[in-house]
Amino acid sequence: MFAALFSVFATAADWVSPSVDYHALAPEIILAGGIVLVLLLDLFTSENNKWMLGPVTSFTLLGAFIPVLTLALNDAGTRSLFEGRYVVDNFSLTMKGLFVLAGYLVVLLSSDYLREGDFYEGEYWVLMLSSLLGMVMMASSRDLVSIFVSLEFLSIPAYMMAAWRKRDLKSNEAGVKYFLLGVFASALMLYGMSLLYGISNSTLLTDIGTYVSGDMSAIRAVAVLFVVVGFAFKISAVPFHTWAPDTYEGAPTPVTAFLSVASKAAGFVALLTVVYVGFPNASEVWQPVFWILAALTMTVGNVMALRQTNIVRMLAYSSISQGGFILMPLAIAGEGDSAGAALRAVVTYLLVYAATNLGVFAVVIAVARKTRSGAISSYGGLFSYAPGLATVMTIFMASLTGIPPLGGWIGKFGSFQALVSAGTTWGYALAVIGAVNTVIAFGYYGNMMREMWMRPVPDGDTSPVVVPSALIVALGITTFATLLLGILPGLVLHFGDLANLAGAFGG
Amino acid sequence: MEVLSDNNWALSVGTFLPLVGVLVMLFIPKAQETATKAVALLTSVATLGVGVYTLTQFNFDQAGKMQFVAQTNWISVLKSTYFVGIDGISLPLYLLSMVITVLVTIYSWNHVPEPGNTKAFFALMLILQTGMAGTFIARDLILFFVFFELVLLPMYFMIGVWGGEHRQYASLKFFLYTMFGSALMLVAFLALFFKTGAESFSIPFLIEHGAGISRSAQIWIFGGMFVGFAIKVPMFPFHTWLPDAHTEAPTQGSVILAAVLLKLGTYGFVRIAIPILPVAAKEWAPWIGLLAVVGIIYGALGCLAQTDMKRLIAFSSVAHMGFVMLGISTLTSFGVNAAVFGMVAHGLITGMLFFVAGSVKERYHTLEIARLSGMLKQMPRMGWIMGFCVMASLGLPGLAGFWGEFPAILSAYQPAAGLSEVTFRIFMVIAAIGTVLAAGYLLWLFQRTAFGEPAAEFGGDSHDDHGGGIHDVNVFEWMAWTPLLVAILVLGVYPNLLFKIIDPAVQGVLSAFGG
Repeated sequence: MFAALFSVFATAADWVSPSVDYHALAPEIILAGGIVLVLLLDLFTSENNKWMLGPVTSFTLLGAFIPVLTLALNDAGTRSLFEGRYVVDNFSLTMKGLFVLAGYLVVLLSSDYLREGDFYEGEYWVLMLSSLLGMVMMASSRDLVSIFVSLEFLSIPAYMMAAWRKRDLKSNEAGVKYFLLGVFASALMLYGMSLLYGISNSTLLTDIGTYVSGDMSAIRAVAVLFVVVGFAFKISAVPFHTWAPDTYEGAPTPVTAFLSVASKAAGFVALLTVVYVGFPNASEVWQPVFWILAALTMTVGNVMALRQTNIVRMLAYSSISQGGFILMPLAIAGEGDSAGAALRAVVTYLLVYAATNLGVFAVVIAVARKTRSGAISSYGGLFSYAPGLATVMTIFMASLTGIPPLGGWIGKFGSFQALVSAGTTWGYALAVIGAVNTVIAFGYYGNMMREMWMRPVPDGDTSPVVVPSALIVALGITTFATLLLGILPGLVLHFGDLANLAGAFGG
Repeated sequence: MEVLSDNNWALSVGTFLPLVGVLVMLFIPKAQETATKAVALLTSVATLGVGVYTLTQFNFDQAGKMQFVAQTNWISVLKSTYFVGIDGISLPLYLLSMVITVLVTIYSWNHVPEPGNTKAFFALMLILQTGMAGTFIARDLILFFVFFELVLLPMYFMIGVWGGEHRQYASLKFFLYTMFGSALMLVAFLALFFKTGAESFSIPFLIEHGAGISRSAQIWIFGGMFVGFAIKVPMFPFHTWLPDAHTEAPTQGSVILAAVLLKLGTYGFVRIAIPILPVAAKEWAPWIGLLAVVGIIYGALGCLAQTDMKRLIAFSSVAHMGFVMLGISTLTSFGVNAAVFGMVAHGLITGMLFFVAGSVKERYHTLEIARLSGMLKQMPRMGWIMGFCVMASLGLPGLAGFWGEFPAILSAYQPAAGLSEVTFRIFMVIAAIGTVLAAGYLLWLFQRTAFGEPAAEFGGDSHDDHGGGIHDVNVFEWMAWTPLLVAILVLGVYPNLLFKIIDPAVQGVLSAFGG
């Protein structure tokens, strides 16, 4: 044993520091700097000056977006660090941009909410930035270890944020439930990862890709399955979704927005990376799994959403069902040259979904400031006293349904296109299931519209809703993005034109 | 930019101008209703102006060709382009949508339905106009789909907010039906795209390559489109949303729905499904014909059973659209000509009937046929206008309705080569019986509501303008209705006005069937 330990030190002596591409790591470095800054500011500011922490957080996020942009505009192409364990390519940059901007929007949603409630502020911002740093790292990770570290990095702060309403039982329940199931999922995933390491003697995904191929022995299939199921928890795919409604309902609303958009997107990023880089040759194992998960997730999510009376619970199930739609293309991603189309569909859907869903939560937060209620019926007659909010909410609901020319449409369209492009019976069958689910989904999205436009105001209180300026900015950005992505989808499709990237991924 | 060269701008401006009006409206305070109405009217008139300009610049000798064509990049990743153009089939429908919007706006000047909110009402109407006009000029399937869906939400709100007692049920039913159809239609479009080599969504390209798809695939793809379009038409057995939607919709909604929205479905058959998938069209034709005649008879019988005037007119739409679909199902130029004429005629006549129904409801606060009578005595002008429309609707020669119905029946005598003559001749006989039933229910409706003595509950026999609050046609109604009444008469007396534009375009559409 000592000999083994000694040999570790011996190799450590030869260790040379790897050359670090600081430009490529700039977003992470800025976020890490921001975490330290906010933490220190929180320590040394009086209660009266705590307000400055929110703006500092948002400037950190906008600052982190700058290198994402410069990297994207740089023609240097894919940057591979640490022997291919950390890769900055178009895919990871797109997702980093999404995380950082979604984080910025969540700051806008949170600031007034935190100030008006009885919350710790400084710690909230630090945890949120940490979680975002984990997501940004996740987008670049191409190694089992860094994927796992990123995953825990993004999850653990989120567990705490879910329980941020300290004296509220439901919020505590939310945090504990999220934590327990999250840890359970991590354990499953780790088990799968350990098998993968055993098979390939490497933690690098590209190495694993060469071993997990050809004749699928049971052990390989089990390894792939466990990893996929672990991530299925993170993206709350049915039947691993049970934590989501309770957590979403109990958590403070801005945190719910954060979980349902950024956290979910991070889960998808990890799933995509693992599947495209790690298991490109194991499609006979994961294709049927994704087919079943997608079909179940959208159907069960939809049917459960239909019967909800609480808006956040409804949105939780809606988010589950949207996750099913995002999963759809992966069910055929191994067919011929459909991999590129599937990847593009998922990324596009994630971008559109982020814009729309954050907008929905902005409206929910704004309306709850007046009604102090989470009941769907409290939206009755919203159009008569808050026409602006009702109109943007209508736009978001229509976008989530997938009605052109709004953003959600282009997401759904991409998914259907990818499915049909495979030309297999299974692909067509899933497309038809998706089509039917689109109609079912209108049951609850349409119900929201009906409440706002066609039902009377429940208590006759038609005093206007006061919307703070931060929420107005958030609503403006999300509405604009939802419309723009729908009318000129070329913008995002071009940005996420990842067909060539699937090649880079695989190699 | 190519879009703005020559006269190419005309179609794009004509389609998107209403949205500019909506933007302007957003900045008008809610309280200033007159300003809102003025902007809406101005926008719709300006849009019609662009439409009329298009008409004057349209080369009628080349009506079979696409004109004002504009094509520019839109979503290049998806191989979809912004591609618009207009020919003899599109032009009448494109203009019809504009005319109807102007007339409905005029009618709404003092008829904004409960619960008010003028701003939202007119904004939705203008968005609807963009969707309708866009559908008729789109030359790219994705663009077509976007416009086709754009009309959904405004109409949903129009029925659901400003409609009658059961408006929420009716609007939801309308939406779910249509949405279900469009979802399957989209899958069919995608299948078509990939089966033709995943190169383009442009309709001319697909017409060129669609015939090469294997027979069984064509039949499936046609099936997907069929569901989408047939629900919109609506054909039996997908029609059940229509009576509810029409009955509950406000007058303006009913008029737009009947006059233009239903045509989106039939237009889709003529423009997309049939020319792109000729083999499947032949396989499906007898079934379409069968459903069409079932619709004719079913609609007529449904009419006979109605006690509500608006619901009766709605069922008559099912029957009339049956004639249109029968014409299309023959796959002959004679039949499709009749169908396109029938679309325009039905738009004018049924739109007009819904206007009358709306005004009757406004005056009597009921549309129950049993409670109405003696309209001719109480308000003779309204009564005669209704009589005129009823005659036009039942297909009286000399009025527009005749030229949609009669040739459609006639065309079934000699369907396109390869279709069973016996089957279609049976359809012809059934459809002919349908016209008799149509005369029956329409004249019966007229007789019960217009003849006899005015009912005592509505002020008895006093027929001066102040009697019982029942007054005859007012100035806004005259302004909104006169153009429709004139058009019904003119097209009835001189149908060639329309046929000569339609015919060359129809020949082009049916070139795969040898004329």
